[in-house]
Amino acid sequence: MVLLTERDRIRQSLSELVERYGNTRSSLLPILQDIQRQHYHISEYAMQVVADLLGIHPVEVFAVVSFYSFLDFKPRGRFVIRVCRTMCCHMQGKDRVARQLETDLGIKFGETTPDGRFTLEYANCIGMCDLGPALLVNDRVYTEVTPNEVHHIIEECRKVFGAHAVQSQEVGL
Amino acid sequence: MIKSFVDKKLTFRDMDPDVSLKAAADMSSAEIIETVSASSLRGRGGAGFPTGAKWKFCSRAEGDQKYVVCNADEGEPGTFKDRVILTRFPHLVFAGMSIAARAVGATRGLLYLRGEYTYLREGLMAALQKRRDDGLLGDEIMGVDGFEFDIEIRMGSGAYVCGEETALIESLEGHRGEPRNRPPFTADTGMNAMPSVVNNVETFAWAAAIMEKGPEWFRVVGTDQSTGFKLFSVSGDIDRPGVYELPLGITVQELLAAVGGENAKAAVIGGASGRVVSQAEFNRKVCYEDVPTGGAVIVFGPGRDMLDVAENFLEFMCEESCGQCTPCRLGNTKLLECVRMLQEGTCSAAYLREIVELGESIHLASKCGLGQSSGNIFLSIVENFREEIMGRALGAVEPATLRS
Repeated sequence: MVLLTERDRIRQSLSELVERYGNTRSSLLPILQDIQRQHYHISEYAMQVVADLLGIHPVEVFAVVSFYSFLDFKPRGRFVIRVCRTMCCHMQGKDRVARQLETDLGIKFGETTPDGRFTLEYANCIGMCDLGPALLVNDRVYTEVTPNEVHHIIEECRKVFGAHAVQSQEVGL
Repeated sequence: MIKSFVDKKLTFRDMDPDVSLKAAADMSSAEIIETVSASSLRGRGGAGFPTGAKWKFCSRAEGDQKYVVCNADEGEPGTFKDRVILTRFPHLVFAGMSIAARAVGATRGLLYLRGEYTYLREGLMAALQKRRDDGLLGDEIMGVDGFEFDIEIRMGSGAYVCGEETALIESLEGHRGEPRNRPPFTADTGMNAMPSVVNNVETFAWAAAIMEKGPEWFRVVGTDQSTGFKLFSVSGDIDRPGVYELPLGITVQELLAAVGGENAKAAVIGGASGRVVSQAEFNRKVCYEDVPTGGAVIVFGPGRDMLDVAENFLEFMCEESCGQCTPCRLGNTKLLECVRMLQEGTCSAAYLREIVELGESIHLASKCGLGQSSGNIFLSIVENFREEIMGRALGAVEPATLRS
């Protein structure tokens, strides 16, 4: 019996991604976006494998990952909470929402909870200027958030981690 | 569904995308370009380049594979009209892209959707599939021999600068979203070095509307150089934030009256790359030849602290500068530093003058449009609100920065 190592497994799943999007440079971003979604970060090893499969230098992949704010080297939480920090949300009270999030999660902006569940970040204008303060939890958008509602949003996410809960991807979060 | 307030009299509601596409299918490439040129439609993303001319350049350029790219990377602070268009009128946008494809001879379409709008993706994919099923995408569209076109959705990953068309192409090609030198222009050397039309979501929708109603219908509204209606995303200290359809050439005063913001002290028109318009300038016109905008209007009530505004927009610019050229990358951090000094009351008039000169250098020396306009908000605040920003003391009571 041959045991698959973690690295073999990663290489296998990346090969599948490359096959799906095509072996061209313009597939790089969709491939990286999928890795980020599945693994909550893009590891050095994954970057090297992708570079290898696309026939480009690993530093090219590194350059792309470092450029985009939705792609990360370091593992991010299962739920990434992004609070819009730009003018309109700022005027509508984003600071208080942000403070409550920090308090409820026990982390500062830019940090991930030790259990790997939540990451707290700022986002620049998410296009909800008429309905601020707004925030994104992964792909889901929350508008007109009040400091008091922060707690409910976090609880909604936490349900995913319950004993019989379905996986986060299945509920579309 | 997000409950944004949307103007009831939106023209797009009455449009039939199929009629537009049929009109284009019956025309030759030259006739479509002529129709769009005759309407004097200009780019709705903010830069205002004549759409007809852009399509003409692309149709004349030689290339084996031409592309039509829809810029749905709506990252400009204060703009959300494209989100509303993509949610409510996706077929009009796709019809506009197909019309452009027929005009320039493109067979591939790409819609670059910003990562923050991932939740719109599913609806757009369904709309695309429906068009394929109805024979409005694919081979022989509407039964016209040789009219072949399909659209693919690509996601952005959280970079404001990718809204700049050459940066967007770089990103589509799998690179860092760093703007290119122009020329060559995208119409001739775009996606994969092939001729490409890159237009904003709203531009495609208007192009489709023009195909249905004709160029004269479009031209009757607006000014000589800025024809037609424009969608405005209005937010801030007003009674009714939302998306409005207003004629170009409207004065700032009239615009504010329409949205319930008469008591405003200032407004940012054009987002982070726009400028601050003070009360004294409220009689100016919102159009390409006076105060240009991609549609973003952020209104500030009497209690707002303009230094707070400058700080927020400069923080935005410092974070979102692609870092490629020095004036924008380092210049904006110096401007932000100056705002913090003003907040503490430690900025001398002489130093402020130097920083204003630096702001003007950023405008002259940056490579892309976003870099060139990155200092505008700061410069217009310094120009219009000197009395408010000078001579502050740290910790003193400043105008309220929070609503209620």
